Amino acid sequence: MTAAAGPARRGAREVERLRRHYALRHVAARCGVYGAAVLAALVCALPFLWSLVSAFKQNQDLYDPDSNPFFFNKPATPDHVTFLFTDTPFLTFVANTLIVGALVVVITLLLALPAAYSLARLDRPWGTPMGIGIFMVYLVPPSLLFLSLTRVVVWLHLEDSLWSMIVVYPTITVPVSVWLLIGFLRAVPKDVEEQAMVDGYSRLGAFLRAVLPLVFPGIVAVVVFSFTLTASEFVYALAFVSASPQMVVSTGVPTQLVRGDVFFWQSLQAATVITAVPIAFLFNLFLDRFVTGFTMGAVKT
Amino acid sequence: MTAAPAVRRRARTRAGLADRDGFLAWALLLPSVVYIVALVGVPFLLAVAFAFSDVTTGDPSFDFVGFRNFTEIFHDGVFWRALVNTLVFTGASMVLIVVFGKILANVLVADFHGKWFVRFLVLLPWTTPVALSTISWLWFLDSIYSPVDWVLRHAGLISGNVVWLGRPWTAMGSVVAVQAWRLTPLAAVIMMAGLVAIPRDIDEAARIDGAGFWRRMFEVTIPLTLPVIAVAGLFGAIMTFTDMTVPYVLTRGGPTHSTDVLASWAYFRGIEGGDVGQGAAIALFLFPLLLAGAVAILRAVRRLEPQ
Repeated sequence: MTAAAGPARRGAREVERLRRHYALRHVAARCGVYGAAVLAALVCALPFLWSLVSAFKQNQDLYDPDSNPFFFNKPATPDHVTFLFTDTPFLTFVANTLIVGALVVVITLLLALPAAYSLARLDRPWGTPMGIGIFMVYLVPPSLLFLSLTRVVVWLHLEDSLWSMIVVYPTITVPVSVWLLIGFLRAVPKDVEEQAMVDGYSRLGAFLRAVLPLVFPGIVAVVVFSFTLTASEFVYALAFVSASPQMVVSTGVPTQLVRGDVFFWQSLQAATVITAVPIAFLFNLFLDRFVTGFTMGAVKT
Repeated sequence: MTAAPAVRRRARTRAGLADRDGFLAWALLLPSVVYIVALVGVPFLLAVAFAFSDVTTGDPSFDFVGFRNFTEIFHDGVFWRALVNTLVFTGASMVLIVVFGKILANVLVADFHGKWFVRFLVLLPWTTPVALSTISWLWFLDSIYSPVDWVLRHAGLISGNVVWLGRPWTAMGSVVAVQAWRLTPLAAVIMMAGLVAIPRDIDEAARIDGAGFWRRMFEVTIPLTLPVIAVAGLFGAIMTFTDMTVPYVLTRGGPTHSTDVLASWAYFRGIEGGDVGQGAAIALFLFPLLLAGAVAILRAVRRLEPQ
């Protein structure tokens, strides 16, 4: 560009003009990026920010169609949030969610890790169709199976019990975990196992002692992902459990904190925010791993 | 394997089974396969069997009734209404999810300060349990106290209340909007995976050749990431097509079935109405379209491979 024809002075002016042009364009691009980022964050998070404000509002403030819904028109009060913890079974729901989540994660890892290793490493001719089969299972939705599974749960005498969810939820988490783990396992160089086997480990021993520690990041990703899926599940939880003390957050809050037409709105909003923030926080920590995990699984299965 | 000492080889025959790949491959896979067959395969066949039976929650004995459940639901106007609603709900949500997911993915791969916090806020709609975020929306769209109405009133656009969830078209619009809002972050995360995988030099080459932002976007980035965009869109479609949570919590299918979808109608019939046979027959209609979507996803994933 500097090699433009013409007298030197005109060339210099031209360069100066171009430089200013590009500087301006750079600034405009930065502004665009920041503007888009702020807008995206607002659109996604606005209902939550506004829930947070509502949760601390007084009744006269909340139930007044003319008062500004985005600010406190009367002093804030923590009463409704306290009410959520002391007068509703919310803490029981949270405890149930954690118990179900933890056990489902353990079962998922016990089933998915060996299966993923088998599909990723022990090249069998049926590996690819089996991988596709497992992927298809991931797409089978609860809405197709909840009726017959409800009967199965009744036959197993697990209705109205946390065990119904612990037994059934891995059908949702195992297929997607296998898919993610295949990606992580393929990223481990084959030499690692071969070296371990030369050192006297069996194939199984090489997997357990040499490969597993290396895919630890993948295991953490699977734990977080499975827990999130478990916490969000709604249809099975609704169909299997109708007794309040055995409910989890996702069904307990919408069905038990709403009594007839009486909504404890502030408490409901508080419950939403309290559940939403830690899960999104955890997920954000591992976002990059999910992104790479998804591509690896997708590209190589 | 390299030559191992004789002692070690003897030790290895003891662990013989743990070394035979063929046996190990099956042994490691078997628990998952048995579990999935028992709790996905069997219930699926059971659902098909229920669709041809007169099982109810009150009388769980199994009697074969042929196609009676199907003829009954075909004569029920609500079923056709739910089928059309499902298609509208899925189609509209999918378009919104792809468009906004693409925009969001482009924002999230850019470099800027405070990215971590923006990502956290953007992930909220997807990671929050659906039933809870939908409850927040229920209040957002309340018939009297809706802040949306408040803003519109103060902007002078309306005088009373819109009653979003009380009229057929605005109710459908609300259900679609909430569904698109909650699945857009997922689509964005999947599309980010595609954007990250584009080699940098392609983008730089186009830049040196003088292509501007929009030109690079439509002639380089989008064609290269098309398979990933397709995967994200199909995931969104499948998750919307089979979902009942948003309509169930937001409108309970109302007003007068205008937001009932196949899944929610199957639930109302099969669980709350107690007619397991009819509920199963309704849910079975999800399957053919679901299968088509799954095959389409697999094809799109295959096209990712050469990259």
